[in-house]
Amino acid sequence: MSDRTRIVLLLLPALLVIGTLFFGGLIIGVMRSFNYMPVIGLTKPNLDAYRAVFADPEFYWSFLLTFHIAFTSTVISAVIAIAAALLLRRTFFGRGLINFLFQLNLTVPHLVGAIGILYLFSQSGTFARLAAELNLITKPADFPAMVFDPYAIGIILQYIWKEVPFIGVIVLANMQSIGQDYEAVGRSLGASRWQAFRYVLLPLIFPGVLSASVMVFAFTFGAYEIPAVLGANYPATLPVLAYRSYTDVDLAARPEAMAMAVVIAILSAIMIAIYIRATRRGIRG
Amino acid sequence: MQREPLAIRSIQMISGIVLIVWLVLPLIPLAIWSFARGWRFPALLPQAWSLTAWDYTLSDTAGVLDSLWLTIWIAVCATVLSILIGVPAGRALGLYKFRGKGLVELIILAPVIVPGIAVALGIHSVFIGMGLTNTVTGVVLVHLIPTLPYMTLVMAGIFANYDPAFEQQARSLGASPLRTFWHVTLPAIMPGIIVGGLFAFLVSWSQYVLTLLIGGGRVVTLPLLLFNFVSSGRNDITGAIAMIYILPGILILILTAKQLSGRSGAVGGFGRV
Repeated sequence: MSDRTRIVLLLLPALLVIGTLFFGGLIIGVMRSFNYMPVIGLTKPNLDAYRAVFADPEFYWSFLLTFHIAFTSTVISAVIAIAAALLLRRTFFGRGLINFLFQLNLTVPHLVGAIGILYLFSQSGTFARLAAELNLITKPADFPAMVFDPYAIGIILQYIWKEVPFIGVIVLANMQSIGQDYEAVGRSLGASRWQAFRYVLLPLIFPGVLSASVMVFAFTFGAYEIPAVLGANYPATLPVLAYRSYTDVDLAARPEAMAMAVVIAILSAIMIAIYIRATRRGIRG
Repeated sequence: MQREPLAIRSIQMISGIVLIVWLVLPLIPLAIWSFARGWRFPALLPQAWSLTAWDYTLSDTAGVLDSLWLTIWIAVCATVLSILIGVPAGRALGLYKFRGKGLVELIILAPVIVPGIAVALGIHSVFIGMGLTNTVTGVVLVHLIPTLPYMTLVMAGIFANYDPAFEQQARSLGASPLRTFWHVTLPAIMPGIIVGGLFAFLVSWSQYVLTLLIGGGRVVTLPLLLFNFVSSGRNDITGAIAMIYILPGILILILTAKQLSGRSGAVGGFGRV
């Protein structure tokens, strides 16, 4: 058997599964979003579903909200993760424990984290109770809304909780393989602590931070269950909106749901590309 | 390395403590709720403790245990299929250089970046026609979308450090292809299969929206049950189910603690959890 045949045979099952399920799903979604479905007699594609989606003001609010959640969560998580990794590469008393908790946290499903955040930050949650204990508030409604709120604070807190360990573990592995020699050279040549970090270490760990952040951004942009538990009803995030119109009793809304799914896929691809370009430029300047 | 000034050391210590507290914090109310009987605002701790939620959760009638077995079954099926399909693909990507390799990698990695909901709606339309919606089989198949890329990635990493010359030596000494695979290849790639398999299990274990859509609410895995109870405001039962739900992850963490720390590629799969 030639290498070529061998490679094709080895790859065939995986390409078949991903090809039919993933790309098949994507293509069918695109076709249905254009109202094109020859099997059920729809042979003339049109843009009705997209017109309906783009005519709805909720869609734009929803997009802004989803972008705000993904962007804010990713940036804050990445910054805290780098700081945490800097802390974790030194020897200090809690290092083993934090390392363990980082990994423990990685295994906890997002849904559980979302419920935990709900019980902590809701208006009758743990922090509201603490505030009542300290006589800062008298009734639940006095506590600032941090879940089901228009700024999506609860959702962002949940993502930070989950993604700091994710980015942190990757950055830490990166730092450990780089070692501290380069920074030591920088310091001996007169660089300050900050300069050694900014001009020596940061450029070295940046590719790792970037690839982890892109995964986080993509996930937070497309996730459903976290905004479903912690998010406000209006505006809802794009994935929640898409799921809602897909499961609408009115089956006519389905092409609109498909159109939204296509928009989510395209938007996440575009924004990941922009994110990568912008941050690469930022680091050079 | 020089000793740091006191100010910096105290800042490090305080941030370390804040980090530890923050990392465990969201799990604490869940654990307390599972043992609470009545815990009204503004009480800081439950007025009374009880095992009611646990009794209910672990009883045969509640359906939580059925859900638990079903979730395990689906995750095991998705894992086994991912191993069977992902190991050969990983071998091709790890061992060979070929034309179009970049494209193949992109195709296999695409599901990691594109949000699940964007493809799940289309798959649902296809599965309706095939009678796969609302079935366990359909849910297992759709779970392959997040688990397979990850399994393939881990195995490609393993095969990149693998020397196929051992196989040729075994063959030249008269071993059959099957014997060679069993006694030479498999032992060498076993660590990758175990780590990749355990993480594929966790990725399937954590799926919510794919199961909800393709299972149509009929295939009730633990996360669906959890979501129902949190929506209906039964915090005590939610707490108990959440504790059961995070258990496999903790077990897997203990089993794989060594492999996890140094291998960022293996950790990457958790992004989907």
